Amino acid sequence: MAVKGKTAKAHRVGEVVSASTAAFQVHCHKLYEAPPLGSLIRCGTDGSLVYGVVANILTESLDPSRKPIARGADEDSEEAVYRSNPQLTRLLATRFDAVAVGFQDSGGLHRYLAPLPPRVHSFAYRCDEGEAREFTESLEPIAVLLGAPIASQDEVVAAFLRLASRAHPDPQAFLVRAGKELAVQLIGQSQRLNAILRRLSR
Amino acid sequence: MTEDGMPDFKGSAWRGLVIGGSLTDGVDVRLDPDASVEDIKVGTLVAIEGERMRFLGQVTDVSLASADRTLGAAPPDVSDPFIARVVSGTTAYGTIKVAPRLVLSKEVGIAAEGPQPAKTVPAHFSRVAQASGGDVELVFGKEDKHHFWIGNPLDMETKLCLDIHKFVERSNGVFGKSGTGKTFLTRLLLAGILQSGAAVNLVFDMHSEYGWAGYAEGGKEVKGLKQLFGSKVAVFSLDEESSKRRGISPDYVVRIGYEEIEPQDIQVLRGALGLSDPAADATYSLQRKFGRKAWLRELLSLEPEALSGLADELNVVQGAMATLQRRLARLERFGFMDPASTHDSVAHILDYLGRGMHVVLEFGGYGRDTLAYVLVANLLTRRIYERYAEMKERALSERAAEPTPLVITIEEAHRFLQSGVAEQTIFATIARELRKYNVTLLVVDQRPSSIDTEVMSQLGTKLVCLLDDERDVDAVLTGTSGASKLKSVLASLDSKQQALLFGHAVPMPVEIRTRDYGTPDSYLSLGHLDPAERKARIERDIAGLFGPREG
Repeated sequence: MAVKGKTAKAHRVGEVVSASTAAFQVHCHKLYEAPPLGSLIRCGTDGSLVYGVVANILTESLDPSRKPIARGADEDSEEAVYRSNPQLTRLLATRFDAVAVGFQDSGGLHRYLAPLPPRVHSFAYRCDEGEAREFTESLEPIAVLLGAPIASQDEVVAAFLRLASRAHPDPQAFLVRAGKELAVQLIGQSQRLNAILRRLSR
Repeated sequence: MTEDGMPDFKGSAWRGLVIGGSLTDGVDVRLDPDASVEDIKVGTLVAIEGERMRFLGQVTDVSLASADRTLGAAPPDVSDPFIARVVSGTTAYGTIKVAPRLVLSKEVGIAAEGPQPAKTVPAHFSRVAQASGGDVELVFGKEDKHHFWIGNPLDMETKLCLDIHKFVERSNGVFGKSGTGKTFLTRLLLAGILQSGAAVNLVFDMHSEYGWAGYAEGGKEVKGLKQLFGSKVAVFSLDEESSKRRGISPDYVVRIGYEEIEPQDIQVLRGALGLSDPAADATYSLQRKFGRKAWLRELLSLEPEALSGLADELNVVQGAMATLQRRLARLERFGFMDPASTHDSVAHILDYLGRGMHVVLEFGGYGRDTLAYVLVANLLTRRIYERYAEMKERALSERAAEPTPLVITIEEAHRFLQSGVAEQTIFATIARELRKYNVTLLVVDQRPSSIDTEVMSQLGTKLVCLLDDERDVDAVLTGTSGASKLKSVLASLDSKQQALLFGHAVPMPVEIRTRDYGTPDSYLSLGHLDPAERKARIERDIAGLFGPREG
C-alpha cells in the first residue's frame, strides 16, 4: 500500500499515547476531532505501519483530579459556553481507543496483529478511501474485531463495515459479502448476527 | 482449459465443495455462499475436481441445510432483502447430492483412454461445479457422422450427442406417457440413424406421423422423414385411401394374403380377438390338416355342419372352433387382406431395405385398430427376420456381404411384448437375440410396466420422457445400476421436450432437453433445404466453379 504523501498534516488526527499489541490509545490534536467510530486509521512510519479501527472515543478532563463543571446556565448556546471559557479547549482532551487490525512491513500488507505495538508519540493518520478499500479487499479484519478485547464489539464491527462500504464501488455488494463472512464467523450466535445485520442494512 | 488440458470451472453458474458422502449414496456437496439452490436442478451434469481424477456425475437431490440449530427458533428478518441475501448460502445453505458416474484421469496420456466408470469418490473438499461443454464433448463425443446431436444437457448450450453406431447395436426403447414428446424423440432418432447410415429403418407407423408429415400439439404440421430425406425414404401404405386423402402417393401399397397368416400370428392376437387357449391352439391343428397356406381360407369357408365335423376330427371343442371361425372372420373386413395374394410385400420391403432405403409403413385408418397393427407388424417382421437370418447365416458360411443392420420401430410395443404374449411374438426373440442377425428393435411405448420384464432388461439404451405411474418408472429402471437415484431425476422431468437417457449407448445417464424439431432451423440442421434454397445453392456452386453465367 503506497502511503507516501499521505502522511500529510491534513490527515493527521493525533498521537499514540499508550499502546499494546491488541489496541492503542490516541490523543487527538484537536478537541472533538476524533475520527468517527469504526474508522480505519494507521500510525507509525513506512516500514512498520500499524492499522487500527476506532473502537471507543472519549473526551475528558486532562487533569483527572479536576472534574468539568456546568458553566452554561446563563449562556444562550453551547458554542457560547466555549467562547466565554476559552481555557476549556486546553483543559479537555479527546482520546480514542483503536483496535489493532493489521500492519504493513517490507513483506506487504497483513490483516492480523502486528508483532510489535506502535511506539508512543507516533502520529496517527486517517486512512483515505483508497487505503480503506485496499485494506478491506479481504474480510479477515472482521474476525479480529469480533475477538477484540473491547466493549460493544458488534457496534464497532457494524460501524467499520458501514464506513468501509463507502470506499467500495458497489457498497451494497461489499456489505453482502461482509455479511456472509459475519454469518460464517457467528455460527450458533444467530441473535448476535441478526443484530449486526440490522445495523448494516440501515 | 487448465494446464493439464482439463476444462476449468470458470463457466459454471455455481460452485461447491465436497463435504462427505459415499459411492453408493452419492457425494454430499455444500454449495458456495453465492450459489442459490434455485439455480440447480436435479439431473444437472456436475464435474468434481478430485486430487488426481476429475469426476463426472449427476445431481440426484437438492436439499436445504442450516449451520445453526437455533435458526428455526429465531429466524433472521428476511423481509429485509439485505439480510435475506446475507443469510442465504451462509447460515442457511444448500447442499446437493451428486452420484459420481465417470472418472477422467488428469494424468497426461491416460486422459486419452476416455472416461471410465467411477469406482471411488472424490476426496473431501474437492471443488464442484456444473460440467462444462468440454466435459460433455469429452464424454459423449462431438457431433460428426457417428455422433448425432440428440439434445442439450439441462441448462447447457452444448450439444449432447448419441453414438448412433453403438445405439443400433442393441434393441432400444423410448418411453413416456402420451404428450411428452416420444414421437418427436423417435423421429429424431430415426433421422439420426438415417443420417449416419449405421442401419436401415423399418417403421411400423401406427398413426402415420413419421413418413410424410406429423402433427405437433396444437395442430402444427411438422415434416416427416420423406420430406427431409427424400429419396432415402420410401413410404409404404396399408391404407391407400387414407394416404390419398392426405395427398400422399405411397411408394408401395402393402397387401397381406390369407396364405401368409400363420398360427403364430393368431397366438399374438389372442388377447385382441378374445380367443381362449383351446381356440387359439386349434389353429395349429388346422394348419396340420390343410397345410400352411390354405388353413385360414379353408376355415373361413366352412359351413356350420362341416365345421362341427372338423372339430370332432381335430379333437377340438365345437364351441371353441366356432368362436375361432367367427373371430377370424373379422380379418376379412380389413381392406389390406387380399384373397388373391399375388403380392409379396415382404420381398418388396426387403428389396428397398437392401438398397439402403428406409421404409415407413403407414397404417392410415388401420392404425386405430390394434388388431390390424399387431397382425401386420408381427407378420411382416417375422418374415423379414427369417430372411435376415438366412442372409446372415449365408454371409457367415460363404463370407458373403452381411445384410445391412435393420432397426424395426414399433409403437404401442406393450401389445406385442406383454408377458404371456411376448414369447409368441417375433419381437421378443429379436429383443433377446441382440444383433445376432443384424436386426434390432426401437420400442416406443407409454406403458412400459406392461412389457415383459425379460424384454425390458434386454433393451440397450432407454430414452425416457416423463412417466407418472410408479410401476412404469420401476419397469424402465429395472436392471439399471443406481436406479433409486435415477428415480428422482426421472420424477423431475418436464412434461415437454425432456428425456432421461441411460444404457448402452451413453457413458452415463443424462437428462436432456430434446433437440428442436419442427422449426425451419431444425430442418436446416438436419440437412434439409427448401427447394428454392437448394436451387439457389446450386446456382452459387455453379457460379463458384465456372464463373457467373453470361447474359
